[in-house]
Amino acid sequence: MAGISRDDVANLARLARIDMAPAELDHLASELGVILNAVARVQEVAGQDVPPTSHPLPLQNVYRKDEVIQSLTPEAALSAAPASEGQRFKVPKILGEEA
Amino acid sequence: MIKKSASEMADALANGETTSVALTQAHLDRIAEVDKDVHAFLYVDTEGALAQAALADKKRAAGEKLSPLAGIPLALKDVMVQKGIPTTCGSKMLEGWRPPYDSTVVSKLRAADVVILGKTNMDEFAMGSSTENSAYGPTHNPWDLSRIPGGSGGGSSASLAAFEAPLAIGTDTGGSIRQPAAVTGTVGVKPTYGGVSRYGLVAFSSSLDQAGPCGRTVLDTALLHETIAGHDPKDSTSINAPVPAIVAAAKNGNVKGLKIGVIKELQGEGYQTGVLNRFNESLELLAGLGAEIVEVSCSYFEYALAAYYLIAPSECSSNLARFDAMRYGIRVGDASGVSAEEVMNLTREVGFGREVKRRIILGTYALSSGYYDAYYGSAQKVRTLIKQDFDNAFTKADVLVSPTAPTTAFKIGEKADDPIAMYLNDIATIPVNMAGICGMSLPSGLADEDNLPAGFQIMAPAMKDDRLYNVGAALETALLSKWGAPILSHVSGLGARA
Repeated sequence: MAGISRDDVANLARLARIDMAPAELDHLASELGVILNAVARVQEVAGQDVPPTSHPLPLQNVYRKDEVIQSLTPEAALSAAPASEGQRFKVPKILGEEA
Repeated sequence: MIKKSASEMADALANGETTSVALTQAHLDRIAEVDKDVHAFLYVDTEGALAQAALADKKRAAGEKLSPLAGIPLALKDVMVQKGIPTTCGSKMLEGWRPPYDSTVVSKLRAADVVILGKTNMDEFAMGSSTENSAYGPTHNPWDLSRIPGGSGGGSSASLAAFEAPLAIGTDTGGSIRQPAAVTGTVGVKPTYGGVSRYGLVAFSSSLDQAGPCGRTVLDTALLHETIAGHDPKDSTSINAPVPAIVAAAKNGNVKGLKIGVIKELQGEGYQTGVLNRFNESLELLAGLGAEIVEVSCSYFEYALAAYYLIAPSECSSNLARFDAMRYGIRVGDASGVSAEEVMNLTREVGFGREVKRRIILGTYALSSGYYDAYYGSAQKVRTLIKQDFDNAFTKADVLVSPTAPTTAFKIGEKADDPIAMYLNDIATIPVNMAGICGMSLPSGLADEDNLPAGFQIMAPAMKDDRLYNVGAALETALLSKWGAPILSHVSGLGARA
């Protein structure tokens, strides 16, 4: 496959919400190219007739009874929050000024 | 006393030769003496451990019926949450975090009155094979402090080899229990996927992650395995079936008539001669005990590593999205006028280390539209082929075997700048995780070239974990006769100071 460009990595970092330093983007672009070339060989044997396996167990959703059980108190749930106010997590602004 | 096995310690407690408080204090003293050199622990809970020990002693004095491991100390990998005790996963992202709940493994250990000494070092979020990726510095192998103790659970395996704890908990996504066991001369088991609850295990790759037991003997590991195994309604992927008779199998150790399959593809080129010598000797010992050795071929295993390094990063990029600086963990750059998204970007840049970022980016790429079918989709198909290879092999053999890792412990820093070379450490352990079956590593002796421990891997079908212990116990006994003493008693350097 073609190499992965610095711009590609910058876009992936944006999607992954990581504010990568320019030097990191350069380094990762060259490393990812090598790694992708190595892992691309899965395509050699992944024929149309092979079904995919996403999980080792045949999974089905598991429901529990709709009963109130003991869970974290609001205080415990908020105990590790970087910031909180009342019984809520306090977060930075999520909407632009004009919204 | 600290050099004894956990089951010997349990006997000493039952006979009144010692108390759990004395035993726990002896291990705390050992940690204080050697852990500045080994760095197996990220956190030592002196007060909590002594309180748990005192409680176990009190129950024993009152004549209560106790579990086989009551009062025995244990080291817990820092990826497993324990209420009120710092849990970092070896990452800056979770520095200072004290979880508000216990993982199911911790609840079961508490119910069995096992004494938790503290949290052990690991590659950040369990991504690595050397424990060099910890944000808190590497762990050193007690056999030679300039070498790696394996990874990601290098802290747990090193704590056993340094006699800082007789038992430990690890987690294994691609070999993180078995490879550290191999390079430290200890025993480690990756149970069948779903055999031990993942509730409270900080997720890396959910379809591959599995918590399991680490010990210095096969029997100790079995006792711990039985303590933590079983169905858990809090984990939807937990298997709702009886736990196999693991401890009974570890006490049995009879391989007469058993078919042992040697996987052709997991030996030869890339494997250290001394590792292969010990592997072949172990096969001869098992044959001498009446096992039938057959060769099996698993031709798709050569694609396992490539598939793993697409599947695990893909799942990791999704799982680690939870570290968003909003509800727990560190928050960076929160100031007036800075948006939540900018805070997330800044926090994740500072909070994650190099390998974790590499895998998040790789996973984001493999899952992105236009590349999904070629990468993640193809890797899922390889996973099917690997499962089929195992299914076929298990029609010809009761268990399969291979060396656990291709080499003995390498030097710290030797592979740090070459991700592909580092990933090759897990070439023999990864197929087990891909298929969700179970695997054990136990020491097969010391390699001729460097006098460092080599690992022997046993693999069994899902929910046949007892077979691992049966074969492991037989081999352990045979090796004991051959070497004259447990392999760990040959530990040079630090371990010998005990």
